[in-house]
Amino acid sequence: MPTIIEKIFQHHSKDDVKPGNTIWLDVDLRTARDFAGAQVVKNLLENYDGDYVDDASKTFFTFDCNAPANTIGYANNQQICRRFARENGIKVFDVNRGIGSHVVMEEGLAYPGVTAVGTDSHFNILGAIGAFGQGMGDVDIAFVFKTGRTWFEVPPTVKVNFLGMPDARWSAKDLALLCVKELKGKVLGKAIEFYGEIVDKLSLAGRITLASMVTEMGGIIGFIPPNKEVIKFCRERSGREIEAIAADRDADYEMEIDMDVSNLQPLIALPGSPANVKRVADLPSIEVNSIFIGSCTNGREEDMEAAYNVVKGRKIAENVMAKVVPATREVWSYMLEKGIIKEMFDAGMIISHAACGGCASGQLGMTGKGEVQVSTSNRNFRGKQGDGDTYLASPETAAASAVAGYITEVDDL
Amino acid sequence: MIIEGRVWVIEKDGKLIDDIDTDMIYHNKYLHITDKKEMAKYAFSNLPGWQDFPQKARKGDIIIAGENFGCGSSRQHAVDCFISLGIEAIIAKSFGAIYKRNAINSGLAVLECKDIDKAGLKNGDIIEVNLDNGEVKKNGKIVAKAKPMNPVQAAIYRAGNLFAYAKSFR
Repeated sequence: MPTIIEKIFQHHSKDDVKPGNTIWLDVDLRTARDFAGAQVVKNLLENYDGDYVDDASKTFFTFDCNAPANTIGYANNQQICRRFARENGIKVFDVNRGIGSHVVMEEGLAYPGVTAVGTDSHFNILGAIGAFGQGMGDVDIAFVFKTGRTWFEVPPTVKVNFLGMPDARWSAKDLALLCVKELKGKVLGKAIEFYGEIVDKLSLAGRITLASMVTEMGGIIGFIPPNKEVIKFCRERSGREIEAIAADRDADYEMEIDMDVSNLQPLIALPGSPANVKRVADLPSIEVNSIFIGSCTNGREEDMEAAYNVVKGRKIAENVMAKVVPATREVWSYMLEKGIIKEMFDAGMIISHAACGGCASGQLGMTGKGEVQVSTSNRNFRGKQGDGDTYLASPETAAASAVAGYITEVDDL
Repeated sequence: MIIEGRVWVIEKDGKLIDDIDTDMIYHNKYLHITDKKEMAKYAFSNLPGWQDFPQKARKGDIIIAGENFGCGSSRQHAVDCFISLGIEAIIAKSFGAIYKRNAINSGLAVLECKDIDKAGLKNGDIIEVNLDNGEVKKNGKIVAKAKPMNPVQAAIYRAGNLFAYAKSFR
């Protein structure tokens, strides 16, 4: 019987949806961002004579990598996209709006059961709301803009059962890092479904965090079956009746993995690989030069609030740069209304406008050689966020480390 | 379909490098470049020990790599830089999912071969690769067997790229 991905695909394909089969998939939501967006336009112009877009009402540009552009190259690329969008009746969520994969959820364009693609390798983040999202390259996306469909090899599904509940302090990021450590190598090219009490209790923000790091686990997408909060959010945002797609009780999983989370604690990935995960408590004293709070992994209201709760009434240690980048304009607005920005500012933090920030060599968050940065983002490959050493951790751990001046967890502050 | 070429074994200390991500293949600081010809000179420009690859590689060469090659971002640049250099094929133990798609769509032959590290290949060896059955031969002898292309992949490869393929079936 079908798993979640197989059910979604069956609703979007005439072909035989079986793991291993390559099918043609109808795509509901088609997006490109400022990174690769100009290449998508170029592909369309070079390969077709007009009639470039199958359905403009389903097609969007979302600018988030360099917003507003901090290089002339990016400025030119954004302008190429804007011009193409105007000529073809496509809506642009421009440099003031935030990270595209979040914007499509906020705008009600993505909701449970939808198929969506974008030029963002973390577009599978939509598994957080039970939608199929997939990051693709500019050739794929140009083809989808033009035809409304894509080829896809149906992946097998792995079922992950989390057992127990943690006794100690934990966050969704710690759970995500644990999964990268434990699942990497086991889920390459596969879909995942996450179950267990800890998942049921995750907020939408927490689900986004976990789903965002499935890319680092090597998986195609990780689905978290929507709870009432998610259904309510998607119903309000999309104005539609939402029916969550669930796997059949006897769905055919390739593998089931049980993972005990009762000992979950604040975790951190050491520079070079998101899978090189240790307990924060087990690290020696490591001096911190900067922190970055934001990205599609930890850029929601709740993440900002978690960092705020650590820094309010405190000061960032001398010589530490604390960089904060909300994921979207909505998050920014929330921080403004709740007084979070004022407290962060008073603590000594730098708050930037909403976008991707350091992950994409964006407006803020890059490191210099020898710089030690604790980042809430999802990747710490060499050179990714600059020449420095990037550690990956939760907003709480990043904020606590900024206050202490060395890597630490909140409880040891 | 059989291709022949000189191999580059992407290894460190005698072992294929795993998890070579797209930033090591093509760093994000060059992402604004849209001219494919220009991308060639940045291939592997952030992979320690391989920064001079664009000067060494020749048209028709074949890359041999480890697990999860091309993991990371969705950038097409990380494929286009090799096409622009004239790389004929990449044989890896496994690929990042998005990278594999990008390569297939652009008409670069990518083959998965779990045992390619046991084939005893060295830089400069000439190999023959049968794209239909996955056989990898050196000096006429089979040294490894890769997973054959799936039917869609093979069709796109034959057509040249995804756009050309789409014109043929629509």
